[in-house]
Amino acid sequence: MLISYREALNQAMREEMRRNSRIFLIGEEVGYYQGAFKVSKGFVEEFGPQRVVDTPITEAGFTGLAIGAAMAGLHPIVELMTMNFGIVALDQSVNNAAKIRYMSGGQLSVPLVIRGPGSAAHQLGAQHSQSLEAWFCHVPGLKVIAPATPHDAKGLLKSAIRDKNPIIFIEAQLLYGTKGDVGDGEYTIPIGVAEVKRVGHDVTIVAYSKMLLLALEAADQLSREGIEVEVIDPRTLKPMDLPTIVASVKKTGRLVIVEEGWRFCGLGAQVAESVYTAAFDYLDAPIQRVTGEDVPMPYSRPLEDAAIPDKPRVIDAVKTVCGRR
Amino acid sequence: MMPRMDRSDGLFLYRQMLLIRRFEEKSAEMYALAKIAGFLHLYIGEEAIAVGTIAALRSDDYVISAYRDHGHCLARGSDPGHVMAEMFGKTTGLCHGKGGSMHLVDAPRRFMGGYAIVGGHIPLATGLAFATKYQALDLVTVCFFGEGAIPSGQAHEALNLAALWKLPVIFVCENNRYGMGTPAERAIALYADVAETARSYGITAERVDGMDVLAVRDVMRKVVAQVRAGQGPLFIEAMTYRFMGHSMSDPAHGHYRTKEEVEEYRKRDPLLLLKQTILSSNLGTEADFTQLEREVGEVMTTAVKFADESPFPAPSELYNEVLAE
Ligand SMILES: Cc1ncc(C[n+]2csc(CCOP(=O)(O)OP(=O)(O)O)c2C)c(N)n1
Ligand SMILES: [Mg+2]
Repeated sequence: MLISYREALNQAMREEMRRNSRIFLIGEEVGYYQGAFKVSKGFVEEFGPQRVVDTPITEAGFTGLAIGAAMAGLHPIVELMTMNFGIVALDQSVNNAAKIRYMSGGQLSVPLVIRGPGSAAHQLGAQHSQSLEAWFCHVPGLKVIAPATPHDAKGLLKSAIRDKNPIIFIEAQLLYGTKGDVGDGEYTIPIGVAEVKRVGHDVTIVAYSKMLLLALEAADQLSREGIEVEVIDPRTLKPMDLPTIVASVKKTGRLVIVEEGWRFCGLGAQVAESVYTAAFDYLDAPIQRVTGEDVPMPYSRPLEDAAIPDKPRVIDAVKTVCGRR
Repeated sequence: MMPRMDRSDGLFLYRQMLLIRRFEEKSAEMYALAKIAGFLHLYIGEEAIAVGTIAALRSDDYVISAYRDHGHCLARGSDPGHVMAEMFGKTTGLCHGKGGSMHLVDAPRRFMGGYAIVGGHIPLATGLAFATKYQALDLVTVCFFGEGAIPSGQAHEALNLAALWKLPVIFVCENNRYGMGTPAERAIALYADVAETARSYGITAERVDGMDVLAVRDVMRKVVAQVRAGQGPLFIEAMTYRFMGHSMSDPAHGHYRTKEEVEEYRKRDPLLLLKQTILSSNLGTEADFTQLEREVGEVMTTAVKFADESPFPAPSELYNEVLAE
C-alpha cells in the first residue's frame, strides 16, 4: 500500500490506540483541528475527546501532565506542534521523563512518546527551523527516533508506543507528504536497528530523516559517475546501531555523515568518534561531515539554502573521501 | 460531626510528627558525620502539614512532593530505615541509593517522589490526577510545594490545566515564608494572599494554620471529600515556618532573618501545640509522651543502624535502571 508519511503515522497511532485503551494522544490542536499537520485526522471522531486531548498552549504543562499520567500507568503520546516548542518543555523531558526511572531505583517508569516535526521546512525563520536531535541524544534515559520513510515511520512509531521508556520521535514537515510502501497488515520495526538503504562498496553514507532522501539522490548520481555508495539510515538515533555502520565502513573504508543539525557538537561528531574508535585501521580517508551551518536559520531563500546540506555538498564530500576532487 | 480527635488518634498524630522531628535531627547529625552528603533540606517546624494532610488520605491516593520531602515520605508510612539508607546512599535505600534525600520514592505507598526543580513536579501531579480520572478511579492526588514555586511558569500552567479539566488534585502550598533567603514579599506579587493565585484560575483556595495539625487535617478531610466527589482541584495555603536553615549549608537564621523571628515562631512549634491540646483535654499524660519518645528513639536507632550497616551499591549497578527493558 502506497501511503504518505503522514498517513503512516496516523495508521500507527490508530492501530495502537485500538489495541490499548491506556494510550491517549495529547497536544495542541490534535483533536478537532486534526493536528497542525493533519497527522491525527479522524482521531477525535473515532476515539473521542477523552483520548484525543486538545490542550492550551502550555508545552511544559501538558508534557509534565503526560509524564505524570505515564507514572500512573497510562501511555501518552504527546504531539508537539513542532520540536522547536519542545524547548519550552525541556525541563519536563530532561529533568523528569529521562530521570524518573533511574532516580526511583526502577520503581517508576515513564512510557511516553513525544513526537512532532523537527528540521527546516521552507523559510520559516530561525525559531521554527531547528534540528535539535543532538540535544535529546545527549541525555541518558531518553530514546530518540527519526524515521525517513513512511514504512519506517509506521513500524517505529508502533514500537515506540509499545516501549516502556520516554521516546523522542522526530518527524519532518517536508516528509509528511512523501509517499512510500507500507505493505499490508500490521508490523513493527525494532528500535535501535539501522537499515542499509542502498548497497555499495566504495563509500558509506550515514544519513537520517530528510537527509536520507538527499543521500539517496546523491548516491544515484554518483553511481552514474562510477562511485557506488552504501547508504545507511540508523533510523533510531539513540540507541544507535553502530555495529551496522562499522561493518559497512570496514567494507568501504570511507565514511560521509550527513545531518541537517548544526555542525558543532552535532550527532555526526559522535558517529565519527565511534567509527574512529571501532574501525580506524579500516579507514582510507578522514571521515567527512556534511551538516547544517552554525547559524540561526535565515529567512531569505538563498541564505536558507546556503545553511542546509544539499546534493552538491554531499557529492563533494563523497568525492573528497574518494580522493576524486 | 466527627470529634476532632480521640486519645489514640491524638497520640498517633503526635507520634508521626515526632518521628519526622527525630528523623530530621538524626539526619542533621549524620550529615555532620558525613554519613549523608549533598543537599539536605530539613522539614523541622513544618511537620503538621505532611502529617495532617496525609492523615486525611487513603493509602491508594497519590502523593508527590518537592525536595524537602522526608516528612511526606515518612508520613506516608515509608520505613525510616529504608529512607535513612537512601540518604546514606546505600543499596537498601528506597531507590537503591540512586535518588538521595531530594528524590525519595516509595511507589507501593503511592509516594511518587521528591523533585528538585522548583515548580517542575507540579505538572506531574496534574498528570497523576489526569490518569486517575481517565480510568474513572476515585483517587485524589496531593501535591506539596513551597511558596517559592508560586511565581514559576510551570505552577501556573499546572493550575490552569487542573482547573480547565477539573482534575482531582489538591495543591498544598507550604508557605514557610522564604525561598532560600528571599522572603515571599520580595518574590510573589500576591504575597499577602498566595492562595489568590489559584483563585485567579477559578480554583477554590483557602489558608490554614500549618502549625496546627488538627486544623490541617480538618481542612484536608473536607477538601479531600470534595475532590474525591469530582468537584475539581483545590488549593490549600498552609502557613508555616522552617526552624532550620534552608539546607545544611545555611545556619538556622542567617542574614536574611533574625534569631528573634525564629524564636518567635518556635513558640508555635507544631509538636508543642498538639501536646498542649492533648494534655489540656486529658487525652494523654506526660507518661504517654515519654513513652512515645522512647518508641521513636528506638525506631531511629534501628533505622540508623540499618543504614550504617547496609552495603553501598556495587559499581556494576551504575547502568541499571537507566532504561526499562
Ligand atoms: C528551577 C529552580 N531554580 C532554582 C532552584 C534552587 N533552589 C532550590 S530550593 C530554592 C528555594 C525554594 O523555596 P520554596 O519553594 O519556598 O521551598 P522551601 O525550600 O521553602 O521549602 C531554590 C531557589 C531550583 N532548585 N530550581
Ligand atoms: Mg518556602
